[in-house]
Amino acid sequence: MSVDQATVRRIAHLARIAVRDEEVPHLQEELNAILSFVEELSAVDVSGVEPMTSVIPMRLPLRKDEVGGHAGADVITRNAPGAEDHFFTVPKVVE
Amino acid sequence: MMSDLTKFTLAEARDAVASKKVSSLELTRAHIDAIEKARGLNAYVVETPDKALDMAKASDARIASGQAGPLEGLPLGIKDLYATEGVHMQACSHILDGFKPPYESTVTSQLWRDGAVMLGKLNMDEFAMGSSNETSYYGPVASPWLPAGWDAEKGRAALKGDKKGLLVPGGSSGGSSSAVAAHLCLGATATDTGGSIRQPAAFTGTVGIKPTYGRCSRWGVAAFASSLDQAGPIARTVRDTAIMLRSMAGYDAKDSTSVNTPVPDYEKAVGASIKGKKIGIPKEYRIEGMPAEIEALWSQGIAWLRAAGAEIVDISLPHTKTALPAYYIVAPAEASSNLARYDGVRYGLRVPGKDIASMYENTRAEGFGREVRRRIMIGTYVLSAGYYDAYYVRAQKIRTLIKRDFELAYNDGIDAILTPATPSAAFGIGEKGSADPVEMYLNDVFTVTVNMAGLPGLAVPGGLSASGLPLGLQLIGRPFEEETLFSVAEVIEQAAGRLSLPQAWW
Repeated sequence: MSVDQATVRRIAHLARIAVRDEEVPHLQEELNAILSFVEELSAVDVSGVEPMTSVIPMRLPLRKDEVGGHAGADVITRNAPGAEDHFFTVPKVVE
Repeated sequence: MMSDLTKFTLAEARDAVASKKVSSLELTRAHIDAIEKARGLNAYVVETPDKALDMAKASDARIASGQAGPLEGLPLGIKDLYATEGVHMQACSHILDGFKPPYESTVTSQLWRDGAVMLGKLNMDEFAMGSSNETSYYGPVASPWLPAGWDAEKGRAALKGDKKGLLVPGGSSGGSSSAVAAHLCLGATATDTGGSIRQPAAFTGTVGIKPTYGRCSRWGVAAFASSLDQAGPIARTVRDTAIMLRSMAGYDAKDSTSVNTPVPDYEKAVGASIKGKKIGIPKEYRIEGMPAEIEALWSQGIAWLRAAGAEIVDISLPHTKTALPAYYIVAPAEASSNLARYDGVRYGLRVPGKDIASMYENTRAEGFGREVRRRIMIGTYVLSAGYYDAYYVRAQKIRTLIKRDFELAYNDGIDAILTPATPSAAFGIGEKGSADPVEMYLNDVFTVTVNMAGLPGLAVPGGLSASGLPLGLQLIGRPFEEETLFSVAEVIEQAAGRLSLPQAWW
């Protein structure tokens, strides 16, 4: 399988990565190189094989349903590029 | 007493500090000086000398009062992928611009618990995506090994310029391997998703182990591909990695894939007899176009183990060839999901846009480098509607087959598997992958199977290439049987003779 330029733009949008027009042909080439590299997998017989979900067989542990240790809102928002009164700030979403 | 304190192995330094022949402060100062003189290599992205000196003084006080831990007073370097409280952590990406975590990773907190001293944060490929340390936002790292025919002057001139022509230290843990090989720390933390501990160790003549998946906690280590990522050490000897792994490993309730099984004293396995151990030699690793010197290295390794009393058994791991392409579906898919959190809201870089969606898009376009953007896009594609079954589910089925190959070998009584660590010696900075990303990916052809199957893998120096560069052998073990790897690797280290690492030319 290979991707066309419209697909490259669609993937970039799904991944929320802005791409400039002049980048698209090059990206298309690189993505197609990777896709052609993985193409050989389509020849592998996987009938009756379960997809791996856990590489080491284990039961997912459950913890007690209680509030755990956390640093508090001030500490958590300290690294934010925009914060006000322990809240993250973002561009206006609702008019 | 040794005149240059950076030339100690970690075990030697430990013994010297414990017996009060050397103080942690002296040992730490010697490393801080060495790091300052080696800035041209670009192995450290952040140096924390004040913190190191404070920690060393505290170590000396604990030694004086008889409360020393197993790593007391030993200066280490920390890969920038690990959260270190109040200290720079950016996974060598621009998108985490200015990030200082308010918490400590479990693995590093265990190192400090045991008395280790932090020298600083080590360079790496951005988000651990790369095999040469060239994708770092902070620029490439040079290996302390000079290319054949280069003298110190030519090396220093290249360090001042764009470093082209100097050798890569491997990746993604290139800062770790370069710093260890250049004696800029006694040992370093690293991480391995497809070979990122073992390939850099092989390229720099150092030792690195990726333990079994679940052995070390992933908590506080920036996620790349969660089902493959594991922490581990790089150091100058097999014994040193065994000492470090004991402190790094262990159950952690904060990582749901952490396995609750006791951590053995790995150092005890170093020097144990390997008589009667069955060592598997997988025919599928004899790949087309493999350089003769890699073949020769492998045969030499087999001869050493046979001479030590091991039984050599030819085995088959038929799905080996599928591991690398399957990895390039699974790893980008998980990365695209893990890296969705970098959106310019909670931490790091924010690039404004006309609305919130364009703020996300602009931030991620500027914050991520080329390789990371490429992998996120591949991952997004293989997970998108209509392609999920054809790519992602198929790759996970192939992963089951890869793991089954190993299980069958182990069921037949194989204790460990011997392979080359890399298909070649280190290449030059700027030499690979600029036209075709897949060219760089092929570096991991021998290491990636181990991550896909969750097994422990260790790289140990086996000798030098025709051009005088280190070549590594890889040992693959049964789940949670790292001890066997340490015993077998010690035999190789003893037989090969410890490599003499480069003298400081930088």
